This record gives sequence, C-alpha cells and structure tokens, in this order.
Amino acid sequence: MAVEEPARTRSQASLGASFAVRAAFIWPALLAILFVSIYPLLVSLYISLSRLRLVRGGFEFRFVGLDNFRELLVGGEQSNFLGVTRPLTPVGWVVLVAGVGLLGWGLVGAWRGGASVLGMAFRLLGALAAAGAIWLTAHTLLAEGGRPGTAVVTLVYVVVGIAAQFLLGLGLAWLLTQGLPGQRFFRVVFLLPMMITPVGVAYMFRMLTDTGKGPLQPLWAAVGLSDFSWVNDPWGARVAVMVGDIWQWTPFMFIILLAALEGQDLDTVEAGMVDGASRWQIFRHISLPAILPVCATVVLIRLIEAFKIIDLPNILTNGGPGTATESLSLHAYIRWRTLNLGQSAAVAYSLLFIVTVAALSYVNLVRRRIAEE
Amino acid sequence: MSPLRRRSVRDLPPAGKLAAYLVLLGWALVVLFPLYWLVITSFKLPIQVNSGPFYLPFVDFQPSLDAWRYIFVDLRDDTLRPYVNTVVVALSSSVLALVLGSAGAYALVRFRYKPRLGMIALAAGCLLLVGVGVGLGMPPVPAVVVAGACFAILAATIGRRFRRTLSNGDIAFWMISQRILPPVAVVIPIYVLFQHLRLLDTRTALIITYAATNLPIVVWLMRDYFARLPWELEEAAVVDGASAFRVFRSITLPLSVPGLVATFLIVLVFAWNEYLLALFLSSADAQTLPLTVAAQNATRGPQWWYMSVLIQIMILPVIALAVALERVISRGLLVGAVKG
Repeated sequence: MAVEEPARTRSQASLGASFAVRAAFIWPALLAILFVSIYPLLVSLYISLSRLRLVRGGFEFRFVGLDNFRELLVGGEQSNFLGVTRPLTPVGWVVLVAGVGLLGWGLVGAWRGGASVLGMAFRLLGALAAAGAIWLTAHTLLAEGGRPGTAVVTLVYVVVGIAAQFLLGLGLAWLLTQGLPGQRFFRVVFLLPMMITPVGVAYMFRMLTDTGKGPLQPLWAAVGLSDFSWVNDPWGARVAVMVGDIWQWTPFMFIILLAALEGQDLDTVEAGMVDGASRWQIFRHISLPAILPVCATVVLIRLIEAFKIIDLPNILTNGGPGTATESLSLHAYIRWRTLNLGQSAAVAYSLLFIVTVAALSYVNLVRRRIAEE
Repeated sequence: MSPLRRRSVRDLPPAGKLAAYLVLLGWALVVLFPLYWLVITSFKLPIQVNSGPFYLPFVDFQPSLDAWRYIFVDLRDDTLRPYVNTVVVALSSSVLALVLGSAGAYALVRFRYKPRLGMIALAAGCLLLVGVGVGLGMPPVPAVVVAGACFAILAATIGRRFRRTLSNGDIAFWMISQRILPPVAVVIPIYVLFQHLRLLDTRTALIITYAATNLPIVVWLMRDYFARLPWELEEAAVVDGASAFRVFRSITLPLSVPGLVATFLIVLVFAWNEYLLALFLSSADAQTLPLTVAAQNATRGPQWWYMSVLIQIMILPVIALAVALERVISRGLLVGAVKG
C-alpha cells in the first residue's frame, strides 16, 4: 500500500511534543501489533520447523528442520496441499501456453520500456511465481484425473471470487449512479450481505443448495437434478462456496465503488454529456479512469482478505467431499485439530508466503502502473 | 443535496430504465431471498422443513414459534451467555482498537518519528537472545533481564552511531501491512501464550486479540482522516500552551466524529462476526455467537429451525446498523480506498 508521508508533518515537527509524549501516542498501538504479528510469527516459524511429540506428563517440540515443508511440497502431504498432477488435456495446454505467453509478453514489454535491472529481476521472480501457479493449476484442474490441492483451490476461490465481485460491484454501482429513483433502497439492500457473519452465510447457503428440501427444489427437479447433492460433488461444492463468498463480498466492492463514482468530478461528466457522449463512452473514458485507483485498492484489499477464507468451506461443506473445498486456512486448522501443529504451522506459513507474493506482485505490477497513469 | 440529481437531466430511455430496474431488482432478490428463507425457516416445525420446500407462511404452512421458544425459553442461558459475550467482546475490543489506533494514527500524522534502523535490529537481536536462552533451558526471567541489560548497554554506547532512520510512512506501511497476516498463521502462539497466562476461554483474551488484529484498519482509515483536518486550530491550542493529549482529546477527536463513527462501525462488524480466532481462543465460557451458530451442526444433522433463529438474532443488530448508517460506512471505507 503506497503510504506517503503527509506533507504537513514537516511544518509541525517544530511544534512536536516531547519524546515521552510522542512515544506515549504510538507505543500502545505498536505493542499491540507486535503482539499479534512478530511474536506469533517467530513462534510459528519455530513450530513449523518442529514436530509435536507426546512425552510423559505433557508434550515437547522436537526440531525437525524443513521436514514439514518437504512433506507438503514433495512428500505425503503433497496431494493434499498442491494436488495430484496429470498430463494436460488440450484445453489445459491452451491455457498454460496462453498464460505463460502473456507473462513473457509482459516481461518483454517491461524490458523494452526501459525497466531497471533490479526491476527486471523482481518482475522475473513475480512472473516465475505466476507461471508456477498457472502450471500447477493447469496440471491439477485441466488434466484428466488431476485433483487440485488446497493451495490451488484457495487460488481458484480468490481469482474467481474477486473477478465476480468486482464486475458485479462495479456494474451495480454504475447502475445506481444513473439517477434512477429508489436508489436509497437498493444501496441499503445491497450492503446487507457484508454485515452478516460468514458462519451465517454458510448455513444459509447450505439450506439454499439443498436440492431435496431447499427452496430451489422445483428448479432442480425440473432439470432432473433433484437427487444430485452439490455438497457431494467436488465442483458442485466448490461452486457453492464461491457463490456464498461472492454473495457476501460483492457489497464491499459495490459500496466503495459507488462512493467513488459519486465522488467523481461532475463537471467532466457534464462536459462529456454536452459533447454528446453516450453513457457507455462516459463510463469508459471519464468515470472509469477517474475511479481506477480506487478499483486497484479495493481489489488489493479483497485479494489480501480473500486468501484467508475459512468459515464458508468449513461450515458449508466441512472441506469436503474429501478435501475438495478445503482452503489453506482450513487445511491448517484441520491439522491443528489433529494436533499436528508442525504441519499446521507449515501450511499457515505457506499461505503467508503465497499471500505476500501475490500482494507484492499485484502492488508492483498492477496498482503502481494504475497510480502512475 | 445529491449531486446525482443533476445527472438525471438526461434520463435513460424507457427500455434502458426497465433493463436497469430488472438488473437491480434481480440482485436485490438474490440478496434478500436467502434472508427471507432464513426468516421463514425459523417459524417452521422440523417436519415442515424436512418434507420439502414451503415458501409462504399461512399459505403453504402454519408458522409456529416453537424454535423461538426453544432458543429463548428452554435454552435461555445458553443463548444469553454467548450473546452477552459477543456484545462485550465486540464493543470493548472496538473501543480499545479505536483508542489505540486513533492515537497512533494521530501521532503518525502530527509528530515526526525517526526510529533508527540499527536500534530496531538491536532490539530484534536481544529478543532473539532471549529466545535462544530460553530454548537452551535458561529460566525466562533472568534471560529477559540479561537481554534487557545487553540492549541498554549497547544502545547507550553504539546507539548514536546508527544513521539510517525510518519515516512515519514506513511505520504506517508496516502497521497496515499486518493485515496480510492470515490469522491462522499467528493464532497458535497466541493460544499458547494465553494458556500460560491462564486467560484461555476468557473474554479478555478475545478482546485483546480482536483489538490488536483490528488496529491496522483503524490506523489506515483514521490516518487519512486526521491528515485532512485543518491544523490551524490545533496549532492555536498548542501556542496557548495546551498539551498534546489535550489537543488530541478536546480538538482533534471532536472534529473527527464522523470518521471515528465509520471506523468504529467497520471494526465492530469485523469483531462481531469473527470466527477463526474465537474458534481457537474460546470454548465454553467465552464462546461467541458465531461459534454457537456453528455448533448447531449437531449429531442429528443441522437443526435448521434453531439455527435460523440464532442467525437472525445475531445479524439483527448489524443489519440495523447497516440500514441506519449506510452512508457513514461507505464514506469511511472510501476514505481508506482513495489513498490506501
């Protein structure tokens, strides 16, 4: 997040309070954040490098080095964490080639654009991470007999969820700025899902997706799916989770984008109208560029939050069938529940690594570019 | 008042208007139908839920208050306890986060900090020393004392040599970036710590943890809010000899009430709905509502009718807030998103 120093600070430094007063203002917040970040991260790091062993009168941690991570990446946990890879189907090849090609194209473009050596190195690393993610996704999802692991499933939740939430949120926000009567009603209604506890959302969607006694039963019966259980089919269950997530978080995108659209400079919009621009042209060439920085930020916020998804899959599907809907957070939680603390911490650390790489790549490759324009 | 009035000069053509309303009503239906189903399910008897979908009370089925009676009369204490827990935890943690966070945010806007990189490294090194000492079997108290002494000596002697400093922007970035941490990655050590402090399954543990995890949001939103306030008033007060605390309390905070309210609401909703941390840190006594709701997935299969009642009493307060303060919330979030 680009956080620049407010220009004001400098002029006031002379009026600044004494050292003790300044410390009294900031240290409580610093300590609180240290308490939930640095301290637990260090301890978890140690836990992730050790294995819990029951001994007489309690338990102890035995240091095992990178064993837990090795198990996740190449060992017995691989199929759960990364998935089962199989040779690609033709569609898989197309996606893989297109994705890698796109990355290469972006890199070449950046090089031609005169990026610095260090910048190129970072871009290369980001591109490699992205290529790895695409490779893994293609080999587990778009391959005959492949099965995605929790890392891939989480990635699917994040990408599909954010794309749908953003488009829906933006579309609805745009519709509500077109001067239609009754917008106050819609604004409030559209905000509601965000306020509801994810646990509640999960149960609501469990009721709704019940093909036997849920409200949509006549619909399922009409298309011959009344005996089909969403929750027992891997993709059905994943779709159910994603629908719940989209239902819950579209309001977040919507409400911020709506506020941004309302806050844009109306003179330019009116100038566009006077010049005879259509609604679409006004949106495309005036409104969208104006709110692009806000768009970039809401996507970033959701990107960071979406990786943490746990409540929905845990309640809606219990991570099942099998481990088909498990997200990384849920994976770590389940390992914790079975007292496999080392494994749990290793999964959590992998999640932290993935989120950090994703957020940094996004900030550097997408958001900064938008901010510069 | 709304600038949008002006834009409706050029109304949509009737067909476009119809399409727009269809889309809006469609999404409103998508949003409201699950809630409607939740409400009517709570008035159904088990047999009415299990024998197929019934949509309209009094037409399709005879509504009954059985589920409500069960939750409020039969289970009275078991419902009340988590409810009180949730109210207490959400309110106190949000107030705490707001107080600490806005003080920090204010400080980052108004004062200049120049923490020396070297000192931070020194502190980290001494902490590491404590860790190694304890790991090698040293009792914790002497380890902390020794490391503290090391830090004091080194800071007093070579501390002045460190030149590289961080700025306020760096501190703010660091604070806000803590949102990236997945709770699941940090919760186990917090669990162990509270276990040592014998605070597991208490409201205190939840309040402290929620306040700390929500702090970055407060800092992030309030920092921009404070930066926009006119400095002149505060300056005048400082010239008149008011202390920084006084200026903050009697001038800055009253001027920032809208921002504080929006931030408070956002943080409150997060704390109200939080599930994962509560799952780890509370079991019986401090159980919050999300856990109570989740626990309804009983051995006999989910008891939809009871669950619907619980979910409703849980979401009612936040929905009331949303309806009443929708504009405040959206403004508050936008402030953060514009500057990020």
